[in-house]
Amino acid sequence: MWKFFHQLASPPHFYRLAATLIPWLAVPGVLLIAYGAYAGLFLVSADYQQGDAFRIIYVHVPSAYLSMMAYMMMAVGGGIGLIWRMKLAHAVGAAAAPLGAAFTFLALVTGSIWGRPMWGTWWEWGDPRMTSELILLFLYFGYMALRSSIDDTAKADKASAVLALVGVVNVVIVHFSVEWWSSLHQGQTVFKKGTMDADMRIPLFAMLIGFSLIFGAMLVSRLRTEVLFRERRTRWVRELVLSPEGGK
Amino acid sequence: MDALAMGNYGAYVWSCFGLTLIVVVLSAWRARARHKHVYREIEVQIKALEEHQ
Repeated sequence: MWKFFHQLASPPHFYRLAATLIPWLAVPGVLLIAYGAYAGLFLVSADYQQGDAFRIIYVHVPSAYLSMMAYMMMAVGGGIGLIWRMKLAHAVGAAAAPLGAAFTFLALVTGSIWGRPMWGTWWEWGDPRMTSELILLFLYFGYMALRSSIDDTAKADKASAVLALVGVVNVVIVHFSVEWWSSLHQGQTVFKKGTMDADMRIPLFAMLIGFSLIFGAMLVSRLRTEVLFRERRTRWVRELVLSPEGGK
Repeated sequence: MDALAMGNYGAYVWSCFGLTLIVVVLSAWRARARHKHVYREIEVQIKALEEHQ
């Protein structure tokens, strides 16, 4: 087990393993999303209160979940990188940030579009869930801007890891905001018993797993690029590029 | 037509699904394009160095 993790942290080993891993994540991910979207749009009955507008849940919830998950990965990667000086851990943060920003943007926009017919407004500044999710998007932008403003990779890794760790507070606020404060946003429903019919829940779980797998495939792909760039002056990259089969 | 109308919420529902599809496809394409670009740059640098030596 430990040998496996030790090998995984080795850049050349990870680079080769990642190429194999990507289709194994992407193909089931696409299939699950196709099923979840079809069932969510056409097979599941309309909600008795929200009508067909409730179907937005099938893209909004997975996006919101991944917006927080990506940030947690950045923070955990940053923490491991700072404590154990593991190069691959910092690379995880750098690879996850653009994806996290994309899913946070999606969560905000789909939430806003869903809010218009349900709450009568596109946006409410006083709402803790919406505002904290917007702050999360700014944290992603700040993280990426900080990384790109420092040329020295080691310094950029350390500075961005500290920012990621500090920003975790906001992820906790995003998650619990609907319980701690009065909010336009509905309370937690997905993992609570008796709040959703099984017919509605199954496509949602398919979407959650499918989105996670696609996110995993994109993360591994970005991480592979990040590893290649960081290791560009090493012997294994030189050998990889000069080998007849290449390593694209 | 009923599926498109979505009980008069069609514009909201389809715009959310459409936007999600665009963002996910763009993110996947960008990840792949960046890998190709970085690989090509490194390949050019290493091969130029090899020729120089």
